[in-house]
Amino acid sequence: MCLAVPGKILTIDRSNPEAGMARVQFGTTIRDISIQWLDDVQVGDYILAHVGTALSKVDEEDAKFTLDALREMGEID
Amino acid sequence: MKYIDEYRDRELVEKLVRKITSGVSREWNIMEVCGGQTHAIMKYNLLQLLPPEIKLIHGPGCPVCVTPLEQIDQAIHLARMDRIILTSFGDMLRVPGSESDLLSEKAAGGDIRMVYSPLDTLELATSNPGKEVVFFAVGFETTAPAVAMAVREAQKRNLKNFSVLVSHVLVPPALDALLSAPDHQIDAFLAAGHVCAIMGTEEYEALTEKYTLPIVVTGFEPVDILLGISQAIEMLEAQKHGVYNAYSRIVKPLGNLKAKQLLEEVFVPGERTWRGMGAIPNSGLKLRDPYRSYDAARRFRLKNKKPYEAGSCMAGLILTGKKRPAECFSFGTTCTPESPLGAPMVSSEGACAAYYRYYRTSTGQP
Repeated sequence: MCLAVPGKILTIDRSNPEAGMARVQFGTTIRDISIQWLDDVQVGDYILAHVGTALSKVDEEDAKFTLDALREMGEID
Repeated sequence: MKYIDEYRDRELVEKLVRKITSGVSREWNIMEVCGGQTHAIMKYNLLQLLPPEIKLIHGPGCPVCVTPLEQIDQAIHLARMDRIILTSFGDMLRVPGSESDLLSEKAAGGDIRMVYSPLDTLELATSNPGKEVVFFAVGFETTAPAVAMAVREAQKRNLKNFSVLVSHVLVPPALDALLSAPDHQIDAFLAAGHVCAIMGTEEYEALTEKYTLPIVVTGFEPVDILLGISQAIEMLEAQKHGVYNAYSRIVKPLGNLKAKQLLEEVFVPGERTWRGMGAIPNSGLKLRDPYRSYDAARRFRLKNKKPYEAGSCMAGLILTGKKRPAECFSFGTTCTPESPLGAPMVSSEGACAAYYRYYRTSTGQP
């Protein structure tokens, strides 16, 4: 039920300031997702979508930092 | 897909498994709270990769599984009424009530529709002015804000033929209930990442202090889950407790403030019965006064009839992690996803369904 999927924002429509929407690409699927709860998203950003709403913006820097740390993690004897 | 494929990387999985294996000195029981995590653990066969000292206990994080029978019966009652369109998420339709399920009601002529988003229900209400449209709202803190959004939007549009049968549940009170049971076996929690994406980590700070056990906020891909386990083991072995966020690309300490605000505006916490677990104080959500006219239970004067629970289903023990699906004598014999006795065999997040799908042997063992 809490399934949420990351997708890339293709376009943003904030013509109704109280109901911001984005067209979001998930793999080969494109859907309109509410971005009402996220102020700082731009085209090209990744968001995490759940039942038609964006829960959070994927923190790209943080993701890179964690993955790099994991890749560089030394093996323990 | 970006932000998915990297977290299924074999090399990273193997590396994390080696780290966990070398860091564990005794047996530990870790409960993954969310059913989505249970399914990922089965799908990627993580139980077999992990050292035998680590026991994963599957938690109650399957909203469909914990929806009380009374409420499923109420939804069925609604679906049998004239001029009602009942909508819900697909998972909810197959869960058995006392004497039927919503999918059978649909086959018998009930107007029941599966929706992707609660917001879709608003459109349905607008285009069917002669009918009452009821959304059967299940889900944790992850899902409830979208329902709050739909209710507020309905009020804004003055939509009179829309209402919600509210069956939302909150995670922290359930974890508190699990830990306050004297016979619990839980050494650490992997907290549900998407619930925390909305709520943040604050509520878990209180739990970790009260029960002095590690709580690690964890995502849903194999690398995420192993990172969560690795962190939990590190804390357990060092006899430390606290909240650690192993899903920081998604979860921020304060969560999503706007969604939380909306949740607070529309809903108020109240006592809630969890199927198989009983009543838990403040573990459910009710509509606040300004939105009570959207409460389907009130609008249609729904009563709580005494439900009939199939005696051979041990869902309560499964949901609290006290038994594994394979320990149930009905598992895979009289209880299958095609003909389920209880909700954990139905839902795409139920532990029984996960065991059946990925370990389809008579014993349910890998």
